[in-house]
Amino acid sequence: MDWITIISTTVKAAINVETVLYALAAIGINVHFGYTGLLNFGQAAFMGVAGYGLAVTVTVLGLPFWVGVIVGLISAVIMAILLGIPTLHLRADYLAIVTIAAAEIVRLVFRSVQFKSVFGGSDGRRGFTDGFYALNPFPEGNYGFNLGPVPLFFNSRSMWVLTVGWLLIALCCGLVYLLMKSPWGRVLKAIREDEDAVRSLGKSVFSYKMQSLILGGVIGCLGGFIYGLAYGSVQPDVFGTETTFYLYTMVILGGAARVLGPVVGAMLFWVLLVLLNGVLSEAVGAGVITFIDTNQAGALRYVLVGLGLILLLIFRPQGIFGDKREIAIDAR
Amino acid sequence: MNGAKIAVTTEDGQAVEEVTTNAEGSWTVQVDKPGKYKVTLDVSSLPQNAEVRGGSNVRTPTVYEGNCSAVLYALQPKGAANQDQAAGGGESPFWTQAAQLTFEGLNLGLIIALAALGLSLIYGTTGLTNFAHGELVTLGAILAYAFNIGFGLHLIPAAVIAVIVAGILGYLQDRLFWGQLRRRGTGTIAMMIISIGVALFLRYVFLIFFGGQTEAYAQYTAQPGVEIGPISAAPKNFVAMGIELAVLIIVGFALLRTRTGKAARAVADNPALAASSGINVDRVIRIIWAGGGAIAALSGILLGLSQNLKYTMGQDILLLIFAGVTLGGLGTAFGALVGSLAVGLFIQVSTLWVPPELKSVGALAVLIIVLLVRPQGILGRRERIG
Repeated sequence: MDWITIISTTVKAAINVETVLYALAAIGINVHFGYTGLLNFGQAAFMGVAGYGLAVTVTVLGLPFWVGVIVGLISAVIMAILLGIPTLHLRADYLAIVTIAAAEIVRLVFRSVQFKSVFGGSDGRRGFTDGFYALNPFPEGNYGFNLGPVPLFFNSRSMWVLTVGWLLIALCCGLVYLLMKSPWGRVLKAIREDEDAVRSLGKSVFSYKMQSLILGGVIGCLGGFIYGLAYGSVQPDVFGTETTFYLYTMVILGGAARVLGPVVGAMLFWVLLVLLNGVLSEAVGAGVITFIDTNQAGALRYVLVGLGLILLLIFRPQGIFGDKREIAIDAR
Repeated sequence: MNGAKIAVTTEDGQAVEEVTTNAEGSWTVQVDKPGKYKVTLDVSSLPQNAEVRGGSNVRTPTVYEGNCSAVLYALQPKGAANQDQAAGGGESPFWTQAAQLTFEGLNLGLIIALAALGLSLIYGTTGLTNFAHGELVTLGAILAYAFNIGFGLHLIPAAVIAVIVAGILGYLQDRLFWGQLRRRGTGTIAMMIISIGVALFLRYVFLIFFGGQTEAYAQYTAQPGVEIGPISAAPKNFVAMGIELAVLIIVGFALLRTRTGKAARAVADNPALAASSGINVDRVIRIIWAGGGAIAALSGILLGLSQNLKYTMGQDILLLIFAGVTLGGLGTAFGALVGSLAVGLFIQVSTLWVPPELKSVGALAVLIIVLLVRPQGILGRRERIG
């Protein structure tokens, strides 16, 4: 078994592109679910409209990269408003179902043959990242170091995406930290604890929930940009409901209603997933494990994700950093 | 027509496959991607005395994800006039198509209703929004497949065994898992997220054992269609509808007339009040889990019969089940029935105007709009749910 490769990919997974984009989207979920108590199961759609907003603006309309980013951000805000108007009056479980339905509508429209000329059908769109990589300050080459025998290197493109991504994560975490300390953030937490009490104090609950939905949606949509830029393409099925479910796993793993919870959750999630993948596929390849093949080993990882989510919620619902008193998930 | 050559190419002329029709004159080509395709019938491969009605031997069907698209060549004796076309068209094609789609919609609606009934009752009695219910549907289909192909049983006994096993598994699931969680005082939102974990867990267990490919049962796969009035469908669809209706009537009757059924509705209405009036709530919930698991499995088997089996088949239909349940009003048994039929009918009939790949979009959009106007659903009780 090739332990050097396994260790190298695992260590890199802690800061790699998947971690960055899922961490951003998870920070958004944390604003919705952790702080405001909104069960938004449509986060993948926010990533989707942002990624597609950028891709379609650049490839179909031929506009510059920055216009695409602005279009993506605006579409995320519009999506939040459209999603919020019918759903924010609903009870938590209705909200969950309706947001999933809305996210599926978005995905099905993106992949439809009908709109293939705009969204590119199930192949998606590619070729919109030149504007972004033109700004790359890193010259060609590999960056990193050897940790003993283990090489840890990223190429210049990854370095640029990772730099931007981690800067965005730092900015978002700072923003969430400051906002949640402010009176505005305290109203959000109060809505999570007891909506009627907040209403009786004369606050417009609907308006606060809407602001939270927009904020979390915009933070989440940054994850969609990072996806599109890092992989150079967007496909509809990346933004399916399972993505949202993994995001929830990360938020709960790290600890909901904690500023760094989703970031740590995303890092741990991907480190564990990549480690499992490496060990399992190597073990199958080397004939150590003989009762499953490589494809089944890939599926086994997600069996373990499901099992992990179950055990986490049963035995440690507050995650790693969470406070059990604060994250009484069921007070809603 | 045996032995006719048919070539399938993509829109821009890339060859996909060439096939030859079998003894019944049918043929299938698997294509990888949805999109427009060009189908050409090699006229020279037809018997000497036959020609294609209408003259054109090229068809350009649009193939949508997960659906098959039928391409038909009507043949006629060479030289026959085209008058029989006019003779056959006494009814306008729109209404024929509408009737056909209504039938298919009812079929889909009944399958959804079977699954939705269990989901709705479980929600009503335990407050659990079970995201793993779609996997119970898949479980039924895969169990039947295992007995059907693995043990070589005929599909009918295999289906009966699968439904029984699924019912037992449903019972055990509540006995060993959900019931324990309720006793621990796990709240509804936490249980909802746990059910997501269960769904992921089961889905990928199915992937490990079943694989990622699509499969069909050994029997009743390719049945020639029969025509009844304007509707043409394989006989298995009529039988499936009969089974669905019978089961729904039996379940509805049981809910209305039997002691356990009344107790179930009482628990769904108000668990605390039901418990204080001497109903054994835990026992009722376990019966509902067993029954719900069994009929969800049945709906999976029937779904596998009318489409194909895949490890994501339950996940794919889950949102439609939720749409039906929510439309009818969460927690009401008959609301789930009405809502599911509405969803099934809407999905199929809307394809008269909407492209088939977007039919689910319409149904989900209707769900959102109905909730705007009537947040408690069609048959739900008026109460504050905001």
